[in-house]
Amino acid sequence: MSTTTDPQGGTFRLSMLMNDSRYRSLTLQAIAAILLAISIGYIISNLLANLAEQDLNISFGFLATPAGYDINQTLIEYTSQSSNTRAAFVGIINTLLVAILACITATVLGVIAGVLRLSNNWLVRKLMSFYVEIFRNIPVLIWIIIIFTIVTAVMPSAKSYLGEDPERGMLGGIIAFTNRGVYVPAPFFTNGFGGEEGSIANWLLVIVVLFGSLFATRAMTARANKIQEDTGIRPGTLWTNLAIWLVPVAVVLFILGLSWDFPDPLANRFNLRGGLQIGAPLIALWLALSVYTGAFIAENVRAGIQAVSKGQTEAASALGLRPRRTMSLVILPQALRVIIPPLISQYLNITKNSSLAIAVGYADITATLGGITLNQTGRAIECVLLLMLFYLTISLLISAVMNVYNSSMKLKER
Amino acid sequence: MSDTHAHSVAFVRTETLPQAAAPSNAAGPTKWMRDNLFATPANGLLTIAAIYLIYLVLASTLPWMLNGVWNAGSLAECREILQGTSGACFAVLTERWPQLMFGFKYPASEYWRPTLAFVLMFVALAPVLFFDLPRKLLIVTALFPFVAFWLIWGGTVWTPIFALLGVIVGYLVYDRFVAQSFAAGFFGGIAAAIVVWTISGYIVPALAPEQPWLEAVPSRDMGGYMLNMMLGITCVSLSIPLGIILALGRQSSMPLIKWICVIFIEFIRGVPLITLLFVASVMLAYFFPPDQTVDLFLRVVIMITMFSAAYIAEVIRGGLAALPKGQYEAADSLGLDYAQAMRLIILPQALKISIPGIVNIAVGLFKDTTLVSVISMFDIIGMIRGPILASQDWNGLYWELFLFACLVFFVVCYGISQYSQWLERRLATDHR
Repeated sequence: MSTTTDPQGGTFRLSMLMNDSRYRSLTLQAIAAILLAISIGYIISNLLANLAEQDLNISFGFLATPAGYDINQTLIEYTSQSSNTRAAFVGIINTLLVAILACITATVLGVIAGVLRLSNNWLVRKLMSFYVEIFRNIPVLIWIIIIFTIVTAVMPSAKSYLGEDPERGMLGGIIAFTNRGVYVPAPFFTNGFGGEEGSIANWLLVIVVLFGSLFATRAMTARANKIQEDTGIRPGTLWTNLAIWLVPVAVVLFILGLSWDFPDPLANRFNLRGGLQIGAPLIALWLALSVYTGAFIAENVRAGIQAVSKGQTEAASALGLRPRRTMSLVILPQALRVIIPPLISQYLNITKNSSLAIAVGYADITATLGGITLNQTGRAIECVLLLMLFYLTISLLISAVMNVYNSSMKLKER
Repeated sequence: MSDTHAHSVAFVRTETLPQAAAPSNAAGPTKWMRDNLFATPANGLLTIAAIYLIYLVLASTLPWMLNGVWNAGSLAECREILQGTSGACFAVLTERWPQLMFGFKYPASEYWRPTLAFVLMFVALAPVLFFDLPRKLLIVTALFPFVAFWLIWGGTVWTPIFALLGVIVGYLVYDRFVAQSFAAGFFGGIAAAIVVWTISGYIVPALAPEQPWLEAVPSRDMGGYMLNMMLGITCVSLSIPLGIILALGRQSSMPLIKWICVIFIEFIRGVPLITLLFVASVMLAYFFPPDQTVDLFLRVVIMITMFSAAYIAEVIRGGLAALPKGQYEAADSLGLDYAQAMRLIILPQALKISIPGIVNIAVGLFKDTTLVSVISMFDIIGMIRGPILASQDWNGLYWELFLFACLVFFVVCYGISQYSQWLERRLATDHR
């Protein structure tokens, strides 16, 4: 005997496609698939018709042709004869440069402001909420433009630093703040790879050494932890760690022959020569992204610290921990679990907002590939697609990092 | 027994003493200052540093602002009035006020139209924002898009009337069929509306008078803060329903629907808004039929709506995920179908949880409307950087204009976030 809810076997009626839960989802998906196919087909046919009408085609050949424009701020070698691909790479590196710089300063600023918002000092607390509210509620584009205007309109011209008897001296004799940007001493190697010109290999070597030091110090800390667990006494690691950080780098830099190229006010009558010029657009973008995102990070930090229940602080002091150790051993490890995921998405936001570089003429990927290359070659579809591909890759990478972090930090529950 | 003691001593006070005032250093402003400003030496130093900072900022800006000139025709005239003293030249705001608000091409005789639409906007928003107001006001809200469209763009009055007619017919059809099934009502309503709109596409040009009551203004003539407002309001209100659909789609058990939504949301969230605006300005035109030109404003609205819908979908998904599973099961056990369960049980609760997130997205979106200046639309930033700073009269003037831009955005964004906090308190029905 069958219950009434059992499907009646045998006959299949058309109405069952919609009314029988076994088939309904398939029916709906089939309808969705058909609609999707129709709309994609419609869009593509429109695209082809438009391209045919304007005698255009889709081709990525322009990537190999010379770009034909100059970029003022490049970290890799680039001339106007370089290919469009090279220009895009310059843009990618510039995007990553400003994003990394802004992530670092925004974090520092945000953590300071977030902690100060919880200070017992009324005035400081109010000042910090003022900072947060002001910067969160005004578009980042306005901040970028304002800081760019400060740099270009308020800073003195490079000319005032020039000559035997300049109007103003450089900071410490080596740093000049001008309306074209900041001139700082540039490091270079006298006997590194690649001769006088220098090559990127020198810097890679330095970075590799720094990574070596990082792993060595982590090994030292692990060893100290082990000794502490075995004997109860923690060996001091401060001096050994400091030595591990400084000595190898110092040796490598000495062997490579590090020296500095100072900005020279006497070499030229029109502009400062030598040194490293950090252009005004880069400064504007960097500072604006830092203060803007710093305000958001401050809120995340505050929320994270407040999310740790008061009982934790009380328990820690009941155990006899001093306030500083309570903070570093009890509060922060728990707060970081709350703070870090939104922090990483703020980093993602910085990377995406760095595309506003185009408003102040900083040559990031949006300004090179999506700006000048697009306008000169007229390859709108190809350029915009590549641009989106780049940002998608970055954001997928960052989300992957976030997922790894989240799964490693997940509360281990029984 | 208690009397014995009283009799054995000479004097016992029977009433309580009135409370004495606290010592002067443990009460009042002194105590407050000691607790809140100078608790520790380090704290005191911090206070002094903060006061010094505030002094520096005020000392440099206050005289400049108070000494501001509000009436002058150009920067040179302004400087003449100031005679070398420090002072702001706010005259640029008064002289260029229409440009800052409406852009430089909107016909000056028609400024009352966007202004009226702006005032009506408050009436239309009021019943949505404050539940205590009479529900009848929602009629104004429903009519507002059509009235505002007619006021701002002008042209024949039949366009908004037939658009409204389509919506009404759609609603009537929905109302007729919703009792049978939500899907029938929903899609039937949409189909009916589309039919009415298609038919009216032929009727309206025939009915359109030579000389409409309101002169037609093309979208490319819109600019200034009005443009930011228009983009912000339109895109937020369009993206909330789209965001709900995307969020529900992402939760769906049907793999195809789910993956369409996931890919759409992740793609949009992975790219900056600027690239989507590039799509609107250089690419989207290729996707429309060759003989059809879709104006830039509409293309930008499409892209910004898609952008914010993806973010709102994620916020609502968070709200849906925060609901206990019991709510879904309870809806099932009552025998509600999917549409009823969502409409009556799930969405009201999920949306309530998502309100702060949605408001954050709305504030972010409103700030992001300034990005259209990059694709050469003249919103308030575009106006400042373009026609105003480039003009001979006001070249070289920055702070007054940027200060003004900061102010108009701050007022709106701060107001919205304060409203959302108030609403959160209002809706907090649990943990009373």
